[in-house]
Amino acid sequence: MDVFHLLWLVPAFPLAGFLILALFGLRLHSRAIAWIGTGSIGLSAILTLWIGVHFLTQPPANYQYSLTLWTWFDINGFAPGIALYLDPLSLVYIFVITFVSFFIHLYSTAFMRSNEGYVRFFAYMNLFVFSMLVLVLANNLLLLYLGWEGVGLCSFLLIGFWYRDEVNGYAARKAFIVTRIGDTAFIIGLFLLVKQFHTLNIQDILQQAPVVWSAGATAVVWVTILLLGGAVGKSAQLPLQTWLPDAMAGPTPVSALIHAATMVTAGVYLIARTHVLYSLAPAVQLLVAIIGLLTLLIAGFSALAQHDLKRILAYSTISQIGYMFLALGVGAWTAAIFHFMIHAFFKALLFLAAGAVIMAMEEEHDIFKMGGLRKKMPVTFWTFLVGSGALAAIPLITAGFYSKDLILFDAFASTQGSFWLWLGGFVGAFITVLYTFRMVFVTFYGEQKKPITHNPEEEKAMMIPLVVLAVLSVIGGWIELPHAWAHFTPFSDFLTHVLPPTNLKPDMESQEFMLQLLTAVIVFAGIYLSWLAYVKKPALSASWKNTSLGRACHDFFYKGWMFDQLYDKLFVKPVVWISRIDPHDFIDYIYEGFGRLNVLIHAGFSRTQSGYVRWYLLCIAIGILFIFSLILFV
Amino acid sequence: MILVWLLLIPLIGGVMAWMFSGLSRWIATLAVLIDLVLALQLWLSHPSMPIQPVQGTAIGAGLAWIAEVQYRWIPLLGASLHLAVDGFSLLMIVLTLFIGLLCVWMSWHDPVSREKTGFYHFHLLWLIAGMVGVFMAMDLLLFYFFWELMLIPMFFLISIWGGAQRKKASLKFFLFTQFSGLFMLIAILALYVLHGRQTGLYSFDYTELLGTTLSREVAGWLLAGFLLAFLVKLPAFPFHSWLPDTYTQSPTGGVALLAGVMSKTAAYGMLRFALPLFPEAARMFAPAMVILGVAGILYGAKLAYAQSDLKRLIAFSSFSHMGFILLGIFSMQELAYQGVIIEMVAHAISITGLFFVAGMLQVRLQHTQLDAMGGFWEYMPRMGGVAMVFVMASLGLPGLGNFVAEFLILAGAFQVHVVWTVLASLGLIASMIYSLVILQRVFHGKSKQTLTHADLKPLEGLVMACLVAAIVWIGFFPQRIVRSVQPVVQQLKQIAVKQNNSAADYEWVWNDLTLFK
Amino acid sequence: MISVPVSVQLLLPSVLFLIGLLGVLIRRNVIFMLMAMEIMLNAAGLVFIIGSSLWKQADGQVMVIFILAMAAAEVAVGLALILQVFQMHKTVDVDQLQELKDERERG
Repeated sequence: MDVFHLLWLVPAFPLAGFLILALFGLRLHSRAIAWIGTGSIGLSAILTLWIGVHFLTQPPANYQYSLTLWTWFDINGFAPGIALYLDPLSLVYIFVITFVSFFIHLYSTAFMRSNEGYVRFFAYMNLFVFSMLVLVLANNLLLLYLGWEGVGLCSFLLIGFWYRDEVNGYAARKAFIVTRIGDTAFIIGLFLLVKQFHTLNIQDILQQAPVVWSAGATAVVWVTILLLGGAVGKSAQLPLQTWLPDAMAGPTPVSALIHAATMVTAGVYLIARTHVLYSLAPAVQLLVAIIGLLTLLIAGFSALAQHDLKRILAYSTISQIGYMFLALGVGAWTAAIFHFMIHAFFKALLFLAAGAVIMAMEEEHDIFKMGGLRKKMPVTFWTFLVGSGALAAIPLITAGFYSKDLILFDAFASTQGSFWLWLGGFVGAFITVLYTFRMVFVTFYGEQKKPITHNPEEEKAMMIPLVVLAVLSVIGGWIELPHAWAHFTPFSDFLTHVLPPTNLKPDMESQEFMLQLLTAVIVFAGIYLSWLAYVKKPALSASWKNTSLGRACHDFFYKGWMFDQLYDKLFVKPVVWISRIDPHDFIDYIYEGFGRLNVLIHAGFSRTQSGYVRWYLLCIAIGILFIFSLILFV
Repeated sequence: MILVWLLLIPLIGGVMAWMFSGLSRWIATLAVLIDLVLALQLWLSHPSMPIQPVQGTAIGAGLAWIAEVQYRWIPLLGASLHLAVDGFSLLMIVLTLFIGLLCVWMSWHDPVSREKTGFYHFHLLWLIAGMVGVFMAMDLLLFYFFWELMLIPMFFLISIWGGAQRKKASLKFFLFTQFSGLFMLIAILALYVLHGRQTGLYSFDYTELLGTTLSREVAGWLLAGFLLAFLVKLPAFPFHSWLPDTYTQSPTGGVALLAGVMSKTAAYGMLRFALPLFPEAARMFAPAMVILGVAGILYGAKLAYAQSDLKRLIAFSSFSHMGFILLGIFSMQELAYQGVIIEMVAHAISITGLFFVAGMLQVRLQHTQLDAMGGFWEYMPRMGGVAMVFVMASLGLPGLGNFVAEFLILAGAFQVHVVWTVLASLGLIASMIYSLVILQRVFHGKSKQTLTHADLKPLEGLVMACLVAAIVWIGFFPQRIVRSVQPVVQQLKQIAVKQNNSAADYEWVWNDLTLFK
Repeated sequence: MISVPVSVQLLLPSVLFLIGLLGVLIRRNVIFMLMAMEIMLNAAGLVFIIGSSLWKQADGQVMVIFILAMAAAEVAVGLALILQVFQMHKTVDVDQLQELKDERERG
């Protein structure tokens, strides 16, 4: 039997898990809940592995396989199906999604144990995985949008998981609404595509687009901008990045899965998926690169000033996705996907390790109230260090180096790249190192400021995922070596069945070594600097913070460049004001006015009905007189 | 003959329920259930309607009924009891009976209906019968008759079993709908006379009146008469002012039928009568109606967000969604027509769900003030779960029926009105903002009071499960609906607004802005 | 036969009618109002007679007979009503009979 026919089972397992938990969950024992929740994802992961092996050994024709389950609706030929589409790009995504999800679920079985709403958590998580799988497996944009909104819903539900706290509710609402703004742009883009092509099948559109549209045509510019709007919202890029730091209100596994590894990279997936359109609109593609660049810098600086461990990681996620956008913008499609995969490993790892730290610290998020955890939590420390190394892209030994270096090189050497794009990314890389190791040193070095009551290192279910992800964060990079080294690039070779290879300017490979050297230098310089500032001479950073400029910068960065305050003034306040000015619907006053008028007239006539018979008679007499005089004299 | 039974069963059931008050719930259940089974069986046995090849240019040339009966009524006037259904009518009848059945079940636990139970069910069943009649009357006089027949039981349902301000609400409702209905009567009579003068055949029959040639102005006035009735009933901006009072004061069963089905009779009337009878005039009116639709979407959303009463919030959300229907109908695109019909069904279900949730909360709390709610998830996780489904439906989450509908409406409207569609799409953001209020202010947050045994009772659970299943079914399998209304859409397609295809230059964006030149 | 001009002939019924009308308007006793109404009726009868003699036709006289019969019936009914009113309200003063007054003045 052809294993690809079983593709539908990959999203079906999590869906089944969700349904069981949602319908019968309140009656299930917590152990059963954990088994169902994690097991469904595990089955998906195994099946994905099986399908993946098949895909590599006996690839389907043209490296693509589609499976139509049923026609969603068919209106005069516009017939999006509930149909799955598997190609190397979606394969990479489902691989990452199922495996990372599995380990995060495993971790959660222990992490969430003491929480009420255990079943709710796993139900939502399973629904999320289902939606995410649908998103990346959809063969048409409408089904993709289904997954897209589905993950948004789960994100909303899981951010607000601890629903009693209004703050969480606010964060959840903010995340949902801000991404919805992008989604609305996205769906308008879909309308435009429907108008143009009368279909939303991705492959059909990609085939027809170059025929219908010339490069830079107005329509394609609009489509790509609108889709970019969706991507920017979901991936928390400028100008819709503000929701992600607040989204850390959710449980840590949620942050790891949704707000680091998978959902937030959906925007990257969308752009990569519709890369043909972006190639037709070079101006928009440049815009993608610029957005990525600005975001990675802004978020990087913001991360430098945060105290909350999870918020540092959140800004770091925004920044790293900025790198992916930068890669997409310069046409380094495979590099973006490569970085997505590696980032999923190490960022999930960082979040999970951070979760363990926070658990040990009894829900303390402030890194400056931690410290000295290196000895007490060795597994956590070492895995966190590996993750941090990958984030900071320590040369050779970490996977992050291979992926980020590829992006930096392409930003410089691609035909759409330039020195300035590279420079921005380069500065960003330096900041990344700074905030990463600031976080590491402050959290794990120095003096212990708080005792550990319950050490999560005793939980095997929490430590196994850390170790596995740490291993992946190291070896993951070896499947794609830099160009200059031996031309070992199986990852991009695999993806070139979908995504075009990066066009390099001539004679660039010779400079690659130079760039790598520079990167290596700043990485170590950055580590040294943060070591200096936070371990060797903590007074150094404190004295800088005490200058007025330092304080202003710190506040500015701490508040994420004041975007929240800006949007509050620009959008939130006016909207609330408008809705408050007239809650009773002024249109009703018009009709009420009619009513009042009638009552008034009635009152006038009512007075004539006095009850005096003689008065009536007089009226009659006068009336008769009036009529006669009309007849006689007019 | 089955059509007559469809009509008679609730009528007889209503009288029986009144007479045997003690058994009225069972009688009502039985009557509606039998009716639903009959209608469903008829609908399912015609999975896809044959589309007759359109002959001639007359709008009604492709009509094919699934079932039809015609009895003499007032031959002198040319009025007959002409009942006929096609896939569209039948779909709406099934919907009416489905919602009606759930309303009967829902009022089982509602203490409001415990007073004069038999009389309550009598009104409920006659209301259902009136709606069923509206959906199958193919004689304009008969249509008007049923149109008014719906009104009276609804009026009594509100004025007897309604909330504290029921007198005012029922009067307002009655005045608005009755007054606007009279304009439709005038238009019907005028059309009857004009058609009679032209052809010598005085008839109220729908198929006969189709294709009456009218001058532009006359057709415009007549359409205005019809539209006034429909716009008020829908309701569309700015005729919505009866809606919040009425919806909030109705008993739960009544409001579900009111918001769920009665508002759809207006959309049905537009699609069945107003547009096919006056295609030219409809085209003329289309831009203005599109704008009213968009205004309704945004204004309704704004009002919904500003409310502090749960039922008022839901009422305004319903009003906002009706804007989509209006926009869809008058953008006159095939996609939009299909979207409108799916929206009619999906919105009926989702709004019923929301009002049921509000109704159940009202029974438990004796009020619907949002400020006094919060944290109910703790005490009623199941109700929270179903409430979430309907909130998500209301904000257009894909996978639930409303998304398919709204997507199709907007995608269709986008073909001809880019700017207005983009504005309408902002409604998607707005709908999210107010919909989340329902979820977060009622079920999330800190709980302000302790409730015991507050979660769904078995019968309530069954009702909500039916609704959830229906909305998910529409979300994933709307094709069943699409196929069964195909002939109507084909008929309506002939009055489409000309599509502008000059996509290369974006003049059409600006065409929108100069609609009235 | 001396012929009196029609305008002079009509003077008498006019005066009678006005007396009746004033009587109805001014008197407060219902019985007197009824009597005043009778005067008005008779005034109308007189006009019929005048018309009948002017055009030499019997129709007018027929009408007078008709009016007389009707007036008799009317008085009977009227007096019965007045008696009933008197029994209920112990008064025949119309100004005190105000049951039909609109109580909801100014809503």
